[in-house]
Amino acid sequence: MKRQAPVFLARRSYRLRRLRDGARLLPLAGAFLFLLPIFWTPTEGMPNDTARDWIYLFAIWIALIGLAAILSRGLGTGEEAEAPAGREDAPPPEQP
Amino acid sequence: MPINLLVPVCLTYVAFLFLVAFLADRRARRGGRRWLGSPLVYTLSLSIYCTAWTFYGAVGYAARSGLEFLTIYLGPTLVFVGWWWILRKLVRIGRQQRVTSIADMISSRYGKSSLLGVIVTLISVAAATPYIALQLQSVTLSFAVFAEAGSFGWTLPDTNATALWVAGGLALFTILFGTRNLDANEQHTGVVIAIAVEAVVKLVALIAVGVFVIWFVADGPGDVAARINASRIAEWDLVPSRWAGVIALSAAAVITLPRMFQVIVVECGDERNLATASWAFPLYLAAMSVFVVPIAVIGMQILPESANPDLYVLTVPLSQGQGGLAMLAFLGGFSSATSMVIVASIALATMVSNHVVMPLWLSLRPTREVTGDVRRLVLNARRFSIAGVLGLGYLYFTLSGGSEALAAIGLISFVGVAQMLPPMLGAIFWRGATRLGAAAGLCLGTAVWAYTLFLPSFASGGVLPADLFSHGPFGLSWLRPQALFGVSRFDPLIHSIFWSLTLNTAAFTLVSLFTFPAPVERAQGLAFVNVFDTERAGPRAWESRDLEQVETEELLILAQRILGDEAALGFFETSAQGQGKAGYLPDPTPDFLEELERKLAGSVGAAAAHAMIAELAGRSRVTVADLIRVADETAQIMEYSSTLESQRAEMERTARQLREANEKLMQLSIQKDAFLSQISHELRTPMTSIRAFSEILMEGDVPPEMAAAQARIIHDEAIRLTRLLDDLLDLSVLENGTVQLDLRLASLNELIDKGLRAAGQIRPDRIFVVWRDLPSEALFLRTDPDRLAQVFINLISNSRKYCDALRPELRINVKQRGARVIVDFIDNGSGIAKEKQHIVFEKFTRLTDQNRAGGAGLGLAICREIMANLGGAIAYLPAQGGAAFRVTLPLRLEKHPFADGA
Amino acid sequence: MARHAMLIEDEPNITEAIRFLLTRDGWQVTALADGLTAEAALRDARPDLLILDTMLPGRSGLEILVSLRADPATADLPVMMLTARGQGRDREAAERAGADFFMAKPFSNAEFVAAARALAGEA
Repeated sequence: MKRQAPVFLARRSYRLRRLRDGARLLPLAGAFLFLLPIFWTPTEGMPNDTARDWIYLFAIWIALIGLAAILSRGLGTGEEAEAPAGREDAPPPEQP
Repeated sequence: MPINLLVPVCLTYVAFLFLVAFLADRRARRGGRRWLGSPLVYTLSLSIYCTAWTFYGAVGYAARSGLEFLTIYLGPTLVFVGWWWILRKLVRIGRQQRVTSIADMISSRYGKSSLLGVIVTLISVAAATPYIALQLQSVTLSFAVFAEAGSFGWTLPDTNATALWVAGGLALFTILFGTRNLDANEQHTGVVIAIAVEAVVKLVALIAVGVFVIWFVADGPGDVAARINASRIAEWDLVPSRWAGVIALSAAAVITLPRMFQVIVVECGDERNLATASWAFPLYLAAMSVFVVPIAVIGMQILPESANPDLYVLTVPLSQGQGGLAMLAFLGGFSSATSMVIVASIALATMVSNHVVMPLWLSLRPTREVTGDVRRLVLNARRFSIAGVLGLGYLYFTLSGGSEALAAIGLISFVGVAQMLPPMLGAIFWRGATRLGAAAGLCLGTAVWAYTLFLPSFASGGVLPADLFSHGPFGLSWLRPQALFGVSRFDPLIHSIFWSLTLNTAAFTLVSLFTFPAPVERAQGLAFVNVFDTERAGPRAWESRDLEQVETEELLILAQRILGDEAALGFFETSAQGQGKAGYLPDPTPDFLEELERKLAGSVGAAAAHAMIAELAGRSRVTVADLIRVADETAQIMEYSSTLESQRAEMERTARQLREANEKLMQLSIQKDAFLSQISHELRTPMTSIRAFSEILMEGDVPPEMAAAQARIIHDEAIRLTRLLDDLLDLSVLENGTVQLDLRLASLNELIDKGLRAAGQIRPDRIFVVWRDLPSEALFLRTDPDRLAQVFINLISNSRKYCDALRPELRINVKQRGARVIVDFIDNGSGIAKEKQHIVFEKFTRLTDQNRAGGAGLGLAICREIMANLGGAIAYLPAQGGAAFRVTLPLRLEKHPFADGA
Repeated sequence: MARHAMLIEDEPNITEAIRFLLTRDGWQVTALADGLTAEAALRDARPDLLILDTMLPGRSGLEILVSLRADPATADLPVMMLTARGQGRDREAAERAGADFFMAKPFSNAEFVAAARALAGEA
């Protein structure tokens, strides 16, 4: 009985830390996907399909916005007080 | 048709914006900030990123370079989606350090350096001037479009005149709403709300034009996609260096543009707004760009080759006879231009006044002390700076003649402000970054930018000779402005980004590695980089040792000059209460000084605030002990020692409070003895004359006229005795709270008249000037008028008796604060010595202890009791340049304040 | 020759009363209202008796007394102290400072005049 509450807390702070990792990774993933068109080679003889490029870029864009919205919901609710942001590298708090 | 309506519609729109700003400001001052500071408003205010360049220019950009225009939005999207990395930290630092501008932040991080503040300010002004000119140009161009379309012979008077009107109007709006107050935090609610409204207008306008183009001109999305692939746009080639380079550039610019820094950091009322903006602002950007390509394609197809693609947003609806839609588009462009100019000029004006005008004033003023009204100086400096910034923009507009492709000017400006990126990232991530490193990087980067991009942009105007580009200066071909060190593969923009940022970063890091930061720099570096660690971990800017010389009263004088009387007194009173002290003078603890410094920094910038307090503390420079302290690198040790220090300071403060309480008790006990002895004295003195003369009269051999004189003396002294007994009785009744109050409505003005009349008999020989504020006195109070008048009579009499100025003057100020009324009585005498201030309200306190200039020393004690009975208070106000008493009382006293307790 | 008394007292009505009593008894009376000018005036006037109030503006009566006693020219001058506080402590302080007689306010006229005569006669 005594162990259950701390286990729940640890899981919660674990989840919060993964959310932060996600928030850090998101712009890197976005940058990678936005820069990807640099490496596309136009097919010989075929005209550029600008409409397709446009759809690709906007799809990535909308996906980033959606993910950021989901992440911000989990991160931006003032939970910093519980687990100081500058201490992520510390091991998760064990039960006393 | 539209042209006749254009001017009235425009003016109505501007008037509407004025009204919105005015109402929002009023509401904010009444405490209604909750809705005004919402995440939605915050996100919309960020939209000043989308200027007229974006509104009109993006379509032109797309027509010329295909999808490359998207890079301008993809960079900011990445920054906002990645808010956890940089923006979160910037906003937290901004709030903790009360940052007023990007110049202030960089100056503050690098040891509150004035030099860096000036450098960043100059770069920002240089980069923003063409950008502001660009906005003026876009407004005049759009006017011209309407003038051409309306073939009624109504032509624009002159593009220059139009631009001048627009610049003048914007200056007026900005000065009105941007420099209303010199408030803490530099937040301008009215302006922000107006900008949020403009954000909606421009989004709606662009979407409306897009919908019209796709579904009314073309046959829906499929048709548009086909037309895109059939058009010139499909031939665009993605240039990898430009694609990556401009994404990176716009990402840098969105945090270093002074106006963006202003809305992201300075105007941010709540950190949580950022979480919402992290996705909502990219969404706004996506919505702004979704219709750009369709509009460009349709424009290219239905308009003649000669039409300017930068104006398709206006000309496409006009060519289809859609006057109303064109009008909406015009308002969208107008909104984009005006909101950018307003925020940019506020941000720049703050920087110019805080980092150029204030330091100049501080070093040029003849005396050390801060005299005069600094607030007015700062506000006027800002007003002139706003006018100056807009004037520069207008000048650039007229000199350059306009007409270059809009996007080019915008990108040049971006590269200029991007020079602030290395010192800014260094500021928040690298504790080893130094002031000299930042200055070296900024100067080198800016010089390269000016040489490779900014000055060549005037090339047609002849600032740089043509053969410089082909052969380089002095025939040194490796110094050609657009092929530095032989790098000629890039186009000029990417070439400039590449070299300016590379050299900037290299100089910044190398100089930082080889120089040693000053102690304040290291303290600030720690505070910035570790902003999310415990808020108290860093070394303090002020230590108890520094504070021995600080007179709180001097600090109060300084604060009043900068924050204004009421705000300063309020802040000092709250701080004193926080320390468990009564009155307006808190102990000058390190915490208090830091808080005060941040508060002042909110008005005049960190560097100036630090310098002012350091001067009062007698510490113009940092001591060796500070060096040793900061040199101690280990963060834990510092944290530990600072905890110890704060505990020690806490104990010292408690001990001091105990000592004070003890002293007060001792004094009270002495006063109790003195009270009896005083009563004895006060009773025996009139008694002596009475007894002596009555014995003489009893003997009966006095001539009648002398007897009459002696009887009069007996009578006078008897009256004096009675008065004394009355006072004592009065005091005892008031102290017990058993007094009967006669509550009715009374005019404050009449009560003060009464006080002045009644006190007029005191020293009638002196000419006593009284300054009153009659409009504020026109108040009706519900109180006991006789009792209140008694207090006024007492205070005015005291002033007449004791004011020792050659030309005595008394000021009576009245203020209403919510349901309370404040009446201040301030004379120009030498005031009350600090050590006596806390006993003036005690019984039988005569300040000149041997002087019996009249009463028994009960007057102020009675006043204090009366005010307590009237539900108010009376206090001595320090630092007013004379004796000053503040009477505070409720506007409507409903029942006896002691009734519940009795 | 009339005996000369000097009175230092800041309450004008009390001064008036004492001046009346002593003049009627054949004294010549000089009155001063504060302690600042007292010593110079004393050295010039050389009175037979000094009547000194304890609480005076400028300089307290006790301070004046102490400096009088320190000066050989006035060390022997008879001094009557007046006090309105009438506590034992004041009397002791006055005697320590070298007062010849201590009179509490309010006083009886007869006692006052008798004390003045006695003090001047002693000298």
